[in-house]
Amino acid sequence: MAKDKSEFLIERHNNVYEVVIGLEVHAQVTSNSKLFSSSSTKFGAEPNTQVSLVDAAFPGMLPVINEFCVKQAIKTGIGLKAEINKRSVFDRKNYFYADLPQGYQISQFKYPIVGEGIVILDMPNGQKEVGIERLHLEQDAGKSIHDMDPQNTLVDLNRSGVALMEIVSKPDLRTPDEVSAYIKKLRSIMRYLGTCDGNMQEGSLRADVNVSVRLKDSKELGTRCEIKNVNSIKFMQMAIDYEANRQVDLIEEGKSIDQETRLFDTKKNETRSMRSKEDAHDYRYFPDPDLLPLEVTDEFIEQLKSDIPELPDDKKKRFIDEFKISAYEATILVSDIETAKYFEEVVAKMGKNRDMKLAVNWITGELFAVLNNKNLEISESPISAKNLAKLINLIKNGTISGKIAKTIFELMMDGDKDPQVIVEEKGLKQESDPKALEALIDKIIDDNREKAIEYKNGKEKLFGFFVGQAMKVSGGKANPQLINEILKKKL
Amino acid sequence: MSDITTQSLTSLVKNIKNKKLSSEEVTQAFVDRSEKSKELNAYITEDFSNAINKAKKFDQNPNLDLKLPGIPMAVKDLFCTENIRTTAGSKILENFIPTYESTVTQNIWNEGAILLGKLNCDEFAMGSSNETSFYGNVQNPIDNGLVPGGSSGGSAAAVSGQLTPITIGTDTGGSIRQPASFTGTVGLKPTYGSCSRYGIVAFASSLDQAGPMAQNVEDCALLQEVISTYDKKDSTSIDFKRNDYSKELTKNIKGKKIGIPKEYRVEGMPKEIEDLWQKGIQYAKECGAEIIDISLPNTSYALPTYYIVAPAEASSNLARYDGVKYGFRAKGENLIDMYEKTRSEGFGAEVQRRIMIGTYVLSSGYYDAYYLKAQKVRKLIKNDFDEAYKKVDAILTPSTPSSAFKIGEKKDDPVSMYLNDIFTVPVNLAGLPAISIPAGHDASGYPLGLQIIGKAFKEQEILNVAYAMEDKINFKNKITDWWIK
Repeated sequence: MAKDKSEFLIERHNNVYEVVIGLEVHAQVTSNSKLFSSSSTKFGAEPNTQVSLVDAAFPGMLPVINEFCVKQAIKTGIGLKAEINKRSVFDRKNYFYADLPQGYQISQFKYPIVGEGIVILDMPNGQKEVGIERLHLEQDAGKSIHDMDPQNTLVDLNRSGVALMEIVSKPDLRTPDEVSAYIKKLRSIMRYLGTCDGNMQEGSLRADVNVSVRLKDSKELGTRCEIKNVNSIKFMQMAIDYEANRQVDLIEEGKSIDQETRLFDTKKNETRSMRSKEDAHDYRYFPDPDLLPLEVTDEFIEQLKSDIPELPDDKKKRFIDEFKISAYEATILVSDIETAKYFEEVVAKMGKNRDMKLAVNWITGELFAVLNNKNLEISESPISAKNLAKLINLIKNGTISGKIAKTIFELMMDGDKDPQVIVEEKGLKQESDPKALEALIDKIIDDNREKAIEYKNGKEKLFGFFVGQAMKVSGGKANPQLINEILKKKL
Repeated sequence: MSDITTQSLTSLVKNIKNKKLSSEEVTQAFVDRSEKSKELNAYITEDFSNAINKAKKFDQNPNLDLKLPGIPMAVKDLFCTENIRTTAGSKILENFIPTYESTVTQNIWNEGAILLGKLNCDEFAMGSSNETSFYGNVQNPIDNGLVPGGSSGGSAAAVSGQLTPITIGTDTGGSIRQPASFTGTVGLKPTYGSCSRYGIVAFASSLDQAGPMAQNVEDCALLQEVISTYDKKDSTSIDFKRNDYSKELTKNIKGKKIGIPKEYRVEGMPKEIEDLWQKGIQYAKECGAEIIDISLPNTSYALPTYYIVAPAEASSNLARYDGVKYGFRAKGENLIDMYEKTRSEGFGAEVQRRIMIGTYVLSSGYYDAYYLKAQKVRKLIKNDFDEAYKKVDAILTPSTPSSAFKIGEKKDDPVSMYLNDIFTVPVNLAGLPAISIPAGHDASGYPLGLQIIGKAFKEQEILNVAYAMEDKINFKNKITDWWIK
């Protein structure tokens, strides 16, 4: 599998193939109620407890559009720098399935609410723009459960009617890493906007992946296959890798690729045919006569624009300009809105004498490691931004050494303890009194006469020994910088 | 009072308000007559004992400020009624008992009316003779062996046969006006968006509209006043200023301009229909209206357009009857097999025909040629009316191209059956209000109706014209009670 490569090329004999990828992402709209009914959308409820008569398609029940979901879709469109269509139309996509109570899904076919936009990816070798074809609103279906009863399939309609945004990219992606970056960026933007929580485990973010291959430098697109509902970035990458190689093999064997829908088998790590183009459903799309075309005014859109928070790209730029941190550091810090929030709070709490380098290192180093180990989100961090800022300031003003800080950091995790209190309780304050340190060093030199002579005679490596001794004797509290200075003078 | 069931709604309301009649007396009278009228097969579900209990309860503490104080009333079985079986005339909903009430019926109960039962209709309102109902034919009270029209056939028969003082039907292509015409009663199809569709079993969503059916125009106006409300639960409901239709009713239509569209003079139309129309024109003139010849050039495309748009929507609307959630379910080997058997056994032939047509016209490769083109023609038909209404206030036409026909006569000839709707479907396609009033009899003594089509939201205008003409026509329905032994 390609890792951190800007190119994902497949070579067979003397042919070099390029992989072309487009994504259809289904993002669940963050909203309290469903797209056309007032049922709750809360995840994890008992089956069929969040189902209204509309969701279960009882006779005579009619959909009524949830204005909040419309706002969420438009906000997302703004976040994707996309065209907002002032008039869009809900269509019926007709097909029969047990978990589709109406016998059709209400979606937007010809006239989506959001048109073309752009997502910028930060790749190791620079930025890449990925085009957005469209974003439309649609209803989710229910869930068929095949493994709970030996004879019957059970249906849970809690999800039926939940609002989804289908975000269709242009076939602009070329590598599995770009796919990963694209999904992450999309998720990041939506989380900033509060329009989708991006939780892939709970199914809030799912994607269908369109893959085709072509000879490198060819301009024409090859025949694509759609891989359905791959529910993690890792699986998406694996599926693309497998599928692209499968297609190349077919071409090399002189066979043609059938346009079809395929399924990724995570156990066997392969894709297999689900249905061919001939078997494809004829969805008989037509405008839903129960709903009027959706019309929004310029004022409505402007109002939403004014509500848009600072998005990752802008935040990154500001972090670089304002905090003088590197683009790489800024990318990491803005990728998740909660991380950015935490960082900004640390910065604010550090006050005037702030040290950005220390802040970035402590957050992306120690803190990330702890969160990773404990499998926690930064919003659940055991150490608050306020206390981390205090710790950084204690290092910065010389109260403690970086080494002691690590010890204190460990202690802080127990109930978000104030580092200042820990320093005082444990007597961890750094010894920075030159007189006291001189006395300490005099004693060490005295105790290690022979080594001091060896050092003077040129065995410079021994300098480290003396530093170590000083730290050991001081219980790690000696100011390392002063120790260096005094030792150089005295030896 | 032995003549309770012959009284108009207006007079029953007056008598209850004056305490000359109790709700129980009135309800009992209609229950008794309904019990004696089983031969008509107007009811699918009776709720008589509940009705009498409700009437007794009403009498204990009567609220006489209501518009329909203690008035018993049966409704078309397309309206969902809470805890009362609602079948839509179909086997597939044979045991379906809604837990909810349609907005239109709720409005009626809110004004004090009492449900007598659910009236027969064509299956999913698809039909013009009530012969597609799973629950059997309805007899027209006018004569034995005669269809009452459809799809609101049970409703029309029940009003005409005095089984209910008034009723409500639904009209997708003429389903209120045609049966009203066949039974010598008055039926109003309101402007699309006037009455909420919430809780009405859907046939074709962009055409369906509930409306009142009554013995006279005044009763019709009163019921329209009750049922027409803006409803947020129906996205196509329209928030316009509704009149107090019964209070504002006037016979003064002097100077009103009434259009006569030449395209409605269709080939093969019986002379008696032409004569009736001419008579209608005369009456309108006598009422002081000005008659103006107009043209609605796209009229001949209305029927084919309707028979694309309505089945297309129906094919999708009826997809929910799949045996999974509620209603009839046939046993199947697997999901697909269950679907096929459920829908083959659960739906009747006419419904299946329309689902097939609708599925076909929406299919990829045919959509543009049929559905899309039909939508364009629909726009042209609406434009025709818009043009005409620059010159006239209302339009007068016959309601149907013939009087009621015999049961079975057109059953195997769908096209001839569809032709029944020729004068009524353009109105639905344009979303306009129209009323059918009885205006005469044919040679056999069967009633014939005239249709007055209005501008959108101008129900008051056509009710007034109908009210004025009704007075001049002085129609008397010939009900012989032939079915009561």
